[in-house]
Parts: sequence; structure tokens; C-alpha cells
Amino acid sequence: MTARLVLRDVDVLHGRTRIISGVSASIAAGQMIGLIGPNGAGKSTLLNAIAGQLPSKGKILWSGNPVDPRDVGFMPQQCQVRADLSVLEVILLGRHEQLGWRIGDDTLSAATRILHFFGIADLAARGMPTLSGGQQQLVLLAQRLMRQPQLLLLDESTSALDIRHQMHVLKLLKDYIARTGALVVIAIHDLNLAARHCDSVMLLNGGALVGHGAFEAVITPDILRSVYGIEAEFITSRSGIPVILPLSPTSVETVPREEPR
Amino acid sequence: MIGALVCLGLLMVLDLTTGPSGMPLSDVWHGLLAGPQGDDRMVATILWQLRMPQTVMGVLVGACLGLAGLQMQTILGNPLASPFTLGFSAAAGFGAALAIMFGSLIPLPAFIVIPACAFAMTLVACGLVYAIARLRGATPEILVLGGIAVLFFFQSLQSLLQFLASPEVLQQIVFWLFGSLLKSSWTSVSVTAVIACACLPFIARSTWALTTLRLGDANARSLGLSVEAIRRHTFLIVALLTAAAVSFVGTIGFVGLIAPHVARTLVGEDHRFSLPLAAITGAIILIGASVFGKFISPAAVIPVGIITAVAGVPMLFAVIAKRGQRGMS
Repeated sequence: MTARLVLRDVDVLHGRTRIISGVSASIAAGQMIGLIGPNGAGKSTLLNAIAGQLPSKGKILWSGNPVDPRDVGFMPQQCQVRADLSVLEVILLGRHEQLGWRIGDDTLSAATRILHFFGIADLAARGMPTLSGGQQQLVLLAQRLMRQPQLLLLDESTSALDIRHQMHVLKLLKDYIARTGALVVIAIHDLNLAARHCDSVMLLNGGALVGHGAFEAVITPDILRSVYGIEAEFITSRSGIPVILPLSPTSVETVPREEPR
Repeated sequence: MIGALVCLGLLMVLDLTTGPSGMPLSDVWHGLLAGPQGDDRMVATILWQLRMPQTVMGVLVGACLGLAGLQMQTILGNPLASPFTLGFSAAAGFGAALAIMFGSLIPLPAFIVIPACAFAMTLVACGLVYAIARLRGATPEILVLGGIAVLFFFQSLQSLLQFLASPEVLQQIVFWLFGSLLKSSWTSVSVTAVIACACLPFIARSTWALTTLRLGDANARSLGLSVEAIRRHTFLIVALLTAAAVSFVGTIGFVGLIAPHVARTLVGEDHRFSLPLAAITGAIILIGASVFGKFISPAAVIPVGIITAVAGVPMLFAVIAKRGQRGMS
């Protein structure tokens, strides 16, 4: 039976402020879900709640059981590493629970495979502080995959990457899903990337789920106007993928509220 | 690591050969081979009853402070943290001062009452900070703030006792606070060794968790690490190691601050290597200070606490200069 992530009336409160309210969804594994929405919509908060990093009300179940943070590959938004650890050491820490005084050959070869999978084997001996933000993001993503999670939650994990690496990483994630049958939920701002790479999207606005399904069904000109406050032109590419061309903001929005992390 | 062990071994030999009465290396060698019951009673007594406990105690105290310092800097994510940041040494000082002033009321010898009080008071300080962390969350900020509160509390109490003490008692209190290996005996060595050895399995088990913590709280938590739990457990270990280190020999500053930096500079952040090296470095610094103290003033040995405090400042500058280029974290 395919594993499912089930959210039932999920509320997340920060003090007395309701950040997420009544989110319900049922998502089958084996696909990539794009979590989209404007700044302050509650994407990070929802991902943190699913990962068990934030207390929430309602039910969050993975394969019928409460989510165990140890079984999830979660990459939060702000996770830069300043410690003087090498890239290989950081990848190995993905399995810190299994490491002993001597690192086994299996673990080392798994780490080497992941480094090659991400095309960063040449960085293995480099110290984390010497890497760019984008390179760090690649390393930390690779570290999460080292855990071979069935549920991978990524909070804007491609935001610091250039367009080539963004496409490369999203392709790698698709390969990972094809190989392992995992569920990947990725918070993403670039709607065109979401349209191209995500099997379906969840649109959050003001802490509520306002749309869930295929990209074309969820993102419409009206939605872009009401949720994002922009006018946009929709073009269909030669391969049949929708492309959004933003034209102008419909109104000047107030400063979006900060999401608690 | 091997180089550091060799360096420590040489310093230990040098420490055994120096002292107010002097002793050539050949006598030390024969004295060591002859054992505590050797024919040359003077050599046996000086070596086995005076110098050997001081040297072994110096190694143990330095190692405890080095280990405690590195763990403290890791759990607080603060390169300036040391066992003294959270007020443990101030508490030990207050406990010792209390015992020196009122110890005569307890029908036990001073060499038991003073370290016992210092040890107990260190654990009280640990308990206070721990209680604050339980109530408000074991974040680095809460631990540091709680520690600073405890530090000032015990320093104030220590000052009060010093104010109330007679000149003779005050002198004893001040001497204790200097931190000196001259107070060492085989009893203090045994107690410190037992506590340090009892902590070792817990430290060994948490090496990877501590290394993971260096990725930052958000990363560590997202990798399934119970950040608050590891912080609380490590905090208890640090308290025990610090209590064991300072209760018998008094306050010794800078070792717990510098040894971790030296270890990290040499072997990086992997705690499998940096923890043992911090322990060895701590021992090297303390034994080095002991040798230096005896070398510059053979007749009246200068307490190691004073040497480490004076030498610690340029050493800290050197470490900052070395690490500064890479960014101190």
C-alpha cells in the first residue's frame, strides 16, 4: 500500500496568533508536491509542523502514524553551517545515530555515492565555511538524502542556487522519488519551476490551504491576482508546461508578516 | 594526537624532576623503578608522596577542564564559554570559603571538608542553572543568562565571607582561590580520577551528537537530534568534571577556554578527535604551567592558577589570531 501524508484540521499557533488554520490534505507518496504561496502564507510553519519541529493541533500522520522527526528528511530555511567541518563530515552526520568511533566502509561508500549523485565529490575535503551559500545548500540537501528518508520536507532548499543547479537538484529529487517511492514536499517561490517539476501543488494564503491539485488547476489568473497581487500572462511552452510571465503588481501590498521559525 | 601525548609525557617527566629540593633525572628514574617503598626514603617520599600526586593531579585537572571547556563551547555555541562561564568555579570558591570559615564545626579533617563543600556547592550551582533551563528551555541564551546570574550570586556570597573572615582565614581563602597543585594527594587524585572515568562513557557516547550540534540547532534538530536533551546531559557532565577539577586544587582559569581552541585548530570539529585532544592539551597547559612555576621560583612554587591566568592572555590572543582568519565559530 502506498504511504500517505495525512493532514487533518492542522492548526499552528504562535502565542495567540494563528499561523496555520484548519489545513487538511491527503497526499500519496511517490510524488513531488510544491508548497507555494506568498511571503508569510505559512509555508515554513506548516513544514516545521509536519516535521515535528513545531507543536500543532489536529492530526499529522505519515503511513497512518504520527510523524517521527527521526524518520523525516527535513531541511529548514535558515540552516547555514559556520562550523569548520568538511563537506564529507557534514554528509556523514546525516547518519549520526549510526556512526561509531570507526566509520564503516558501507557508510563511507554511501556518502561518496551521495556526493557523486549531487555532483559535489570535488568538494568533499573543503570546509563548510569556505563554500558559497548555494554550495552549502547542495551539501545539506545531500546530507538529508544520506538518511534515505521516505518523507522529505524542503523549505526553499533551492533558493540560493543558480537556475542550472535549481533544475539539476529538482531533477535529482525526481530521480530519488522514482528510485525510492518517497514523498517530497518542497516550499518553493518560483512558480515556473513548480509548474515544471512538481506533480501537484498546495497553495497557502494567510495560513489556509486555498488550493491543492495540478498546477494548471490551482494557479489561475484570478488566483495570481487575489493571492499574489499580480497581473500575469500565461503562456504554454512547446512541451505543454504552463509558463507565467508576471506583468505588474495589481496593488502595493503592506509588508508581509514574518513567519516564525 | 601522538605528538601531543609525547609532549605531555616529556612535560610530566620534567615536572617530576623539578621542585624546591631538585632531583636529577637519574634519581627520578631509579625512584620510579624502586617504587614507593624504595631504599632511598628521601627520593621515594619526594617522588611518590609529593611530586607524583601533583603531576598526576595536574594531568587529571587539565584534562577535565579541557574536556569540560570543549563541551561547554559546543553546547553553548560560544567560543568564549568555559567551565567558569556558568558560575561553577565561583560556587566551588564559595563552598571552599564556607568550609574554611566554618569547617571546624564539622568533625572531619579539613582536607575532606573543603573539597567536599566545594564539590557540593558546584553541584548546587549546576542544579540552579539546570532548574532555570528546565523552566525556560535549554537554549544557549538561557543557559548563559542563568550561569551569569549564578556566577554573580556566588561571587557576592564569596565576597561576603571574605569581608567577614579574620585575616588568617582570609589568607587561607585567598590561597585556595589561587589554584595550586600543592594541595594534591593520592586521595584527591583517586576521587578526581574516579569522577573523570565515570564521565568518560557518557562523553564517548555523545561525540557524534556534539559534532552534529555544531551544525547549528535548526540543522541538528532536523536531523532527529534532541538538542535540549543533549544540552542538559552534557551540562551535567561538564558540572561534574569541573567540580572534580576545582574542588581539590582551587580555581584554575583559562585552561578550559584555551585547550578547546587549540584542539579544534589542530584537528577540526570532529569531536572524536577534538575531545581527546582538548583533554591532552588541557593537561599539557597545566603541567607546563606547573613546570614553569617551579622553574622561575624553585624555592616558593608559584601556584599554577596564577601562571595559567597570566600566560592565558597571550595564548588566547595567539589562538584568536590563528582562528580569526578562518572566522571564529
